[in-house]
Amino acid sequence: MSKPYVTMLGKAVRAIAKLRGGGSALPGLFVEKIDPQFVKRTLATLPHGVVIISGTNGKTTTTKMVVSLLESQGLKVFTNRTGSNFSRGVAAALLGEVDNHGTLDADIAVLELDEAHAVHFVREIRPRYSLLLNVMRDQLDRFGEITATAKMLSNIALATTDTVVINREDPRLLAIGEALHEQAVCYFGLARDLRQHFPSDDDMRSSTVSELGHAPQAEVILQAFEGNHAKFLIGNRTIDTSLELQGAYNIYNAAAALALVGTILGTKLDLDTLREALSRVTPAFGRGETVTIGGKPLELVLVKNPSGFRLSLKSFSPEGYKTMIAINDNYADGRDMSWLWDVDFESLRAGGVSEVSGIRAYDMALRLQYDEVEISHVEPSLGQALQHFITTNPLDPKRIYCTYTAMLALRRELAKTTKVEVVS
Amino acid sequence: MNGAAKSITVLQLYPRDMNIYGDWGNAQVLLQRLKWHGYEPHFIEYNPGDAFPDTVDIIVGGGGQDSGQDKIQADLLSIGTRLHDLARDDTPMLMICGLYQLFGKFFKAQDGHIIEGIGLLDIETHAGPERLIGNIITESDDFGQIIGYENHSGQTFLGDKVQPLGKVIRGAGNNGQDETEGARYRNVICTYLHGSLLPKNPAIADWLIEKAIVKKYGEFTPTVIDDRFATLAREVALKRPR
Repeated sequence: MSKPYVTMLGKAVRAIAKLRGGGSALPGLFVEKIDPQFVKRTLATLPHGVVIISGTNGKTTTTKMVVSLLESQGLKVFTNRTGSNFSRGVAAALLGEVDNHGTLDADIAVLELDEAHAVHFVREIRPRYSLLLNVMRDQLDRFGEITATAKMLSNIALATTDTVVINREDPRLLAIGEALHEQAVCYFGLARDLRQHFPSDDDMRSSTVSELGHAPQAEVILQAFEGNHAKFLIGNRTIDTSLELQGAYNIYNAAAALALVGTILGTKLDLDTLREALSRVTPAFGRGETVTIGGKPLELVLVKNPSGFRLSLKSFSPEGYKTMIAINDNYADGRDMSWLWDVDFESLRAGGVSEVSGIRAYDMALRLQYDEVEISHVEPSLGQALQHFITTNPLDPKRIYCTYTAMLALRRELAKTTKVEVVS
Repeated sequence: MNGAAKSITVLQLYPRDMNIYGDWGNAQVLLQRLKWHGYEPHFIEYNPGDAFPDTVDIIVGGGGQDSGQDKIQADLLSIGTRLHDLARDDTPMLMICGLYQLFGKFFKAQDGHIIEGIGLLDIETHAGPERLIGNIITESDDFGQIIGYENHSGQTFLGDKVQPLGKVIRGAGNNGQDETEGARYRNVICTYLHGSLLPKNPAIADWLIEKAIVKKYGEFTPTVIDDRFATLAREVALKRPR
């Protein structure tokens, strides 16, 4: 079958899928079936090639930052939308962007890919650049072991044709970087005195962060941050800026984004426009974004794994906020509840938790009981819990920590009364 | 409780390298329940190369990555005699997953090489073709239904000198074949269940505590602890898919 037909048929399926309110998987599947080379052929035309962003935590926000930063430098960027970090999602996203001849009007593709799917993806399409953020314990019931996850990221690095950008502070990623021979490696890192704020997976149960034996030179270093103000060292130049993003880990992800964009643009990098763009990037879907309910802010914070939950609790002060926690155990959330016991909830003890919800609400309540955190109300039904949380705390700013499918359900509830993007 | 609180020392084996599926949760539950029962809990983390303490009342240990098991194996063999003595002396212990396997005679890897254990339990483990993963329910005479989550590729087979901890109602258990789960020897409990195990199975937590206190102080008068959330969490867990 010739290309234009595939593209037009795919677009038609996409339009139909949209009409019936479906997600991105169906049209992607359709194109994969009738023209497996569609994605490969389309992406091969891009002058700056393909960038893959992977790692356990921070992919979505980092991808959003990289796209904004590249656009600030005049590049036209194709990216996969939130929630579709699978190769099928890439095919579906491409269908929306190509013209009827299958041509993609872009300079570069920046793709967020889940570790497991990235491995399949890079077998077909070798990225010119890849960015590896971190390896943390995340849904080990799906991937088996952290070592297995590191192996997946190593495969992405080995498939990269030009440069791999790596978090120097993650011991498993550092080992991957040092084993590379055919690729250039660019590191980003932290100033020494900031390391205590970013425990790696190995430091989860110890009070001190283990010292790196040696540290290679990093192209971008997060030098200091206070609230949402941060200072980055890029080569020998400094960027000092405030950010719309909150939380220590989002700010460190900015260092990752800067390192990647610096690598892609080389000497063409314009620091002034870069800083300007960086200061305006807003949090991605569910990563600390805020809606307004009854004139008061309500923040949604996605928590997927123990390290992410720990970092979120560290990043957002509970003071002045009412807290709700919603824990589901559907496949996308991970079925095993053990991870809740690797998170320390003592920081919530002073203010207590107003509402605990989700399929595994009682597992969460039990966890809080052992950390001696006061709970006002437990209601497994997310809709009822959200109502109760809002009506009993009308005058307070609110924050909800939620797992992935709990967040999707809460957004559907919120969409009934306020303006919020709903992703199916 | 009147007067100075009586102390109980809980030791966690290798928290740095063998602590993968919320194993800390088991130590935390023991420490908190000891406190709620009116005792003074002491906690010791034991890592490779540390001096093994003279006095220890309860020992817990968890699972690890393959790399973690490599790191601790030599050290574990070096304290093996000590652990044998403590077990023979009826010290209560709880070993999950990786340390369960290494408390046995050996682990035979996929490529045939043998990882030697301390042989405290009459069991052997063979690398299996697939990971056994999912929610699991077992039934035991002493503890009723034991509820948790399993995630292991090793298949464990029990010898004559040990009893299983429970019979598998739903899930794979020791090897996915003979319906046994876990192993018991004197006051040592070994199991593949995490989740973490003790929060949702407080009967096992209180059993370990009772054994330690009776051994040290002669008698144990438990306090009534509010286990409402544990009961409700168990009810939900029973209904969840594998």
